[in-house]
Amino acid sequence: MLPISRLSSPFLSGTSRVTLHMLQLLLALVPAVIALVYFFGPSVLITMTLAVVVALLAEALMLTLRNRPLKPFLTDGSAVVTAVLLAIALPPLAPWWLTVVGVLFAIIFAKHLYGGLGYNPFNPAMVAYALLLISFPLEMTTWLPVTSLSEQPLDFAGAFQAIFNGQLVSGLGFDTISGATPLDSMKTQIGLAQHPSLISSQELFGIFAGKGWEWVNIWLALGGIFLIYRRVISWHIPVAMLVGLASISLITWLIAPEVTGSPLFHLLSGGTMLGAFFIATDPVTAATTIKGRIVFGAGVGLLTYIIRVWGGYPDGIAFAVLIMNMLVPLIDYYTQPKVYGG
Amino acid sequence: MTSPLGSFPGGLVLDGQKKRSTHVSIRKTPLSKTLILPLQQHIGEASTPIVEVGDTVLKGQKIARADGHVSVYLHAPSSGTITALDEQPIPHPSGLSAQCITMETDGEDRWIELKETPDFTTLSEHDIRQQIREAGIVGLGGAGFPSFIKLNPGVHHNVETLIINGVECEPYITCDDMIMRERAEGILDGVEIMRYALRVKNCVIVIEDNKPEAISAMELALARRSELNDTQIVVIPTRYPTGSEKQLIQVVTGKQVPSHGLPLDIGIVCHNVGTTYAIGRAIIHGEPLISRIVTVTGTDVKHAGNFETLFGTPMHELLSFCETHREPNEPFILGGPMMGYNLSGDHLPITKTANCILVGVDNAAPKVEPLPCIRCGECATACPVSLLPQQLYWYSRSKELEKTQEYNLFDCIECGCCSYVCPSKIPLVHYFRFAKTETMNQELETQKADNARIRHENRLARQEAEKKEKEERQRQRKLALAATKAAKAKEEAKKVAESSTDNQES
Repeated sequence: MLPISRLSSPFLSGTSRVTLHMLQLLLALVPAVIALVYFFGPSVLITMTLAVVVALLAEALMLTLRNRPLKPFLTDGSAVVTAVLLAIALPPLAPWWLTVVGVLFAIIFAKHLYGGLGYNPFNPAMVAYALLLISFPLEMTTWLPVTSLSEQPLDFAGAFQAIFNGQLVSGLGFDTISGATPLDSMKTQIGLAQHPSLISSQELFGIFAGKGWEWVNIWLALGGIFLIYRRVISWHIPVAMLVGLASISLITWLIAPEVTGSPLFHLLSGGTMLGAFFIATDPVTAATTIKGRIVFGAGVGLLTYIIRVWGGYPDGIAFAVLIMNMLVPLIDYYTQPKVYGG
Repeated sequence: MTSPLGSFPGGLVLDGQKKRSTHVSIRKTPLSKTLILPLQQHIGEASTPIVEVGDTVLKGQKIARADGHVSVYLHAPSSGTITALDEQPIPHPSGLSAQCITMETDGEDRWIELKETPDFTTLSEHDIRQQIREAGIVGLGGAGFPSFIKLNPGVHHNVETLIINGVECEPYITCDDMIMRERAEGILDGVEIMRYALRVKNCVIVIEDNKPEAISAMELALARRSELNDTQIVVIPTRYPTGSEKQLIQVVTGKQVPSHGLPLDIGIVCHNVGTTYAIGRAIIHGEPLISRIVTVTGTDVKHAGNFETLFGTPMHELLSFCETHREPNEPFILGGPMMGYNLSGDHLPITKTANCILVGVDNAAPKVEPLPCIRCGECATACPVSLLPQQLYWYSRSKELEKTQEYNLFDCIECGCCSYVCPSKIPLVHYFRFAKTETMNQELETQKADNARIRHENRLARQEAEKKEKEERQRQRKLALAATKAAKAKEEAKKVAESSTDNQES
């Protein structure tokens, strides 16, 4: 017979498990990672493996220091998810120490010093991303153009060399093969009074947004829809965020098309879809009420746009998410649902 | 009542496991040698014994009377001799003992003379309520609230709808299902009586769509009764916890019972089908409530089924009658798997609220340390009352009881949906029960402290007043003294003056 283990009712239990949630999340990222490899070379896989190993080691270390059991927390998958999300957000040729610093900061400071799984007020991956962006702006903005653009596509060995030795096999400098991201060049060229429609006709751009980037975003969105279908995340945050971002960019675009890219450009650029479906939906740090999730998502969308267009950084997902994380207790308090009979 | 069905948020679709216990008809549990009858088998005040040790009693004879308004009578379930009036362990989550009447049965099962009333319309509404009270009838759905009170709307309320609850939404339990299948006529007798007592025309009998046999039995019986033209059978989708009174009202009428209010406040009265049947028996046949149908089921029960069982029958007799693979002292569940509670002692008696004995469940909650809450909000999605269990958990855990009030802790119906869906396997309801008890204890303490403080302040005020009064009296006395002194001095002076003038004159 199955043991009746609980002290009090209910004695039945559903099939939902934290680990299952995390595994499905990782599964949903697979197509986008394949797209990343296809467009930007295999280096993302190296960064990701490094990040996961460091994350698990840091997690184990912190659990030991905090006298927590290792097995349930190492297998819950949360550290792996943090590591993978950060690795996807980092530039493909990010030097190994950048990844290590980011992951250590995410796991040790952003997660465990706040009490570990479930207790961190800020999204660990985004805390690390923000730290790296502020501390190492050069390394964090050195992106590879899509492989078809660069004359010297990187193979596995080349990527490995680049990440761990900081040099390219071909002897070319980083400057030669790397360049600005579409979001970045949109921003700087608008600053030089170029018209956005002209900018997007450049070689760096694809059909809707940056070449390669648009496909990565589309695959991320499809992964996100899978998660909604599997009920790992609810639709409220991603939809509110995308609608928020699309509506403010539509309004600005209609009024002043010379200062901003099209709504579609914003939806399919940079970290939009990663943010909407995988970052802002982190349950621990997002709002939990239905109304609150809509407010939270819309806030992330609006702030992302504001930072992208008027702020100092090309992309604003990380900062937008962190600012909204801060507001979560307030949002949750004021968006309580009406209780039965109340 | 052709309005479309309402709905409530959340809830669960659970594996009903009903077929385990519905393949055989209701059987009678063999008469036990000993019957143990707790004086409190209902919500409210315990009954007061009216028999002595050594008395011989007949089946159906009153052995304890109602004490106070919220109380009912208790009857001997069989004929025999009273052997003890003392504290005995009773079925309770914390293993409490309470006053019980114990009797030895004589095996003859001889009834007391019963007063039948085939035409209940010869009785007044008041008489009906009184007879129901004297028949010891309480809600048999599980709560055990005295039924006569729910049939007394008073002058301030107008009852518009009577809802007969045949939902039985918890998995495994089938006693209501079986009583509807086999005793539909008797249930309708009860419906007629209740409609009469409440002066209400509109009546709906609500059954979940996973009980097709019960639905057709009830429909067949209803079609034969022209008196019940206004009564309808409403079939609702199977979803836990629709059987909960408030959720049922929302599904059937679309209305919500006000928080901290009663269904009566919105013109609705709800009774369980088992209770309804008992009321029919009590009024028409004069039979008091001395037995109920108990479902014995679970993955470890060999001969699961429903058993008409006399109150006071020790559970182990029922369990051995059904043959279980249960080790001695292994805990089993009284009630359903979602809201029942664990018992380990099987010598406890069957009481009026014991609807199911469950030994072994599928999909049992795993024996793991819960992970921390990741605030995924699945609990909030599942909550039929629209609470935020994740916030309540947070504040219950940190004992911030005032905060739990802000998040409406006391609206929680403890249905268990939140614990069921939790991916971290946190026993949420357990925390909420704890926080509720803590809050109630604290309120009691504050009340005590307040009383003490008021008493103390009154005492101080009294002392102060007494002191003032004393001082006042002293002052008065002093004044009086001074006045008399002054008067005396005046007198003296006068005398002196007079004498001096006398002297001058002389």
